[in-house]
Amino acid sequence: MQFDNVGLRYGTGAETLSDISFTLRRGGFYFLTGPSGAGKTSLLKLLYLNQRPSRGLIRLFGEDLVSMPRERLPGFRRRIGVVFQDFRLVRHLSAFDNVALPLRVAGVEDRDLEQPVREMLAWVGLSDRASARPATLSGGEQQRVAIARAVIGRPDMLVADEPTGNVDPEMAARLLHLFDALNRLGTTIIVATHDIHLLTRIGRAEMMRLDRGHLADPTGALRHPPRRESTGMSA
Amino acid sequence: MVNLPFAVSAADRRLLPEGRFAGPMPWVIAIMMFLTVLAGAGGLGLRRGAQGLQSSLGERLTVQIVDANGDVREAQARAALDMLRRQEGVLAVKRVSEAEMNAIMTRVLGAGAIEADLPVPVMIDVDLNPAAYARRDVIAATLRDVAPAARVDDNATWLGPLANLLGSLKWLALALVVLMTAATGAAVVLAARGALDTHRGTIEVMHLMGSTDYQVARLFQRRIALDALFGGALGFIAGVVVLAGIGSRVGALGSDLLGSAGLVAVDWLLLLALPVAGIGLAMLVARMTVLRALRKML
Repeated sequence: MQFDNVGLRYGTGAETLSDISFTLRRGGFYFLTGPSGAGKTSLLKLLYLNQRPSRGLIRLFGEDLVSMPRERLPGFRRRIGVVFQDFRLVRHLSAFDNVALPLRVAGVEDRDLEQPVREMLAWVGLSDRASARPATLSGGEQQRVAIARAVIGRPDMLVADEPTGNVDPEMAARLLHLFDALNRLGTTIIVATHDIHLLTRIGRAEMMRLDRGHLADPTGALRHPPRRESTGMSA
Repeated sequence: MVNLPFAVSAADRRLLPEGRFAGPMPWVIAIMMFLTVLAGAGGLGLRRGAQGLQSSLGERLTVQIVDANGDVREAQARAALDMLRRQEGVLAVKRVSEAEMNAIMTRVLGAGAIEADLPVPVMIDVDLNPAAYARRDVIAATLRDVAPAARVDDNATWLGPLANLLGSLKWLALALVVLMTAATGAAVVLAARGALDTHRGTIEVMHLMGSTDYQVARLFQRRIALDALFGGALGFIAGVVVLAGIGSRVGALGSDLLGSAGLVAVDWLLLLALPVAGIGLAMLVARMTVLRALRKML
């Protein structure tokens, strides 16, 4: 994914994001940090194709997203998994159906999604909560359902907004391990977080810091990332 | 992907939960369909009535031979009948029988009129083809040559205003059908917008996971189609029951004019097409409304 001088403005207000330029390597692991109001969520919205930029160029999977007709965007969105800060679980669906949703959207038949969904729920420790509605799940359980939903489709890119904000340290470590495993399988991971401990858990991760809508990239590594050896992932 | 409204899996159906027929939509459609069926039946019946009137009386003259002297009256009647039968373009000439005349007189003047030896005019119904009808004045003049006591009434003279009235009512019924169809469409738009607002969160999540507009629209289409199916069937059945009741009462009146306004098989098929068209309209409107709303999202 490549951002080039991207700016984002809501309505006629001041720019929320200004002159954002970076290139994310396929298979990279990135933490996005910054104080509240720095524009992290806005940047994530651009990343998961919920917004078009007011200016600049965005390329994803080799294609220009800014001028792309909206009819083509669903195909790109299916390649991106999103963990929303507020989870955005569908409240009238069970945990199972919430996790299965991306597969159903992609046209997977019911008989073919039973096993992967069960496995994913087991992975996030919610096998016994498959039929529970979100309202009956704790905050941490909801977050795990949201993460399971984001990764069930083996996306090319995973965007997570504070994915460990509501879970205990043990579950946070487990979820991060899941992200790590996905990353090693080739998924590009972008995690927005305030959790300083997370940043040290993935040694190969790179940091993106936003401050008042500007991306700090003092070494230019984000804009021109160095090519590096594969870490065993299939990029 | 199959784009049929009912080709939605059970899992997809769970995406828009609400109990079936719980909202006002199916009942609004039922009421609108009931009124539309009545208006449609009215329009079709009026058309049938107008056609019947036209075919039975439209190009018909009624000849009355009024003379106090019965012998003169009878002689002129025979001469008139003879002359009319020889005229080109005359399709039928029928002298109203004495029994029929007596029945008419009894109905108008009461039973005592016949016994009073009232001179009853001779009446002759004359059916013409269009060409002969166009020269009806010439025929009337020729008739008066052989039967000076003859009075010729053109049925169209008194039929015209009635035909105009039936025509106006027919168009009024059609206008009502169109207006109620438009109102049903507007109700569907409101219902679809309401459902979109209710399920905005679900739609946004599906959208961000890569749902196409058509996938989302299909869910709403199916839901509206089921509402329209229920409402349309209910409204149609209620309309048919009311029409059957009206039909039996009209039959009891024994009126030729009202009786000619009865519906035939083709008319019932047209009425049956109303709920079918209503379902199609509801689905189309729901689809357009949802797609238009979704296009405002990225």
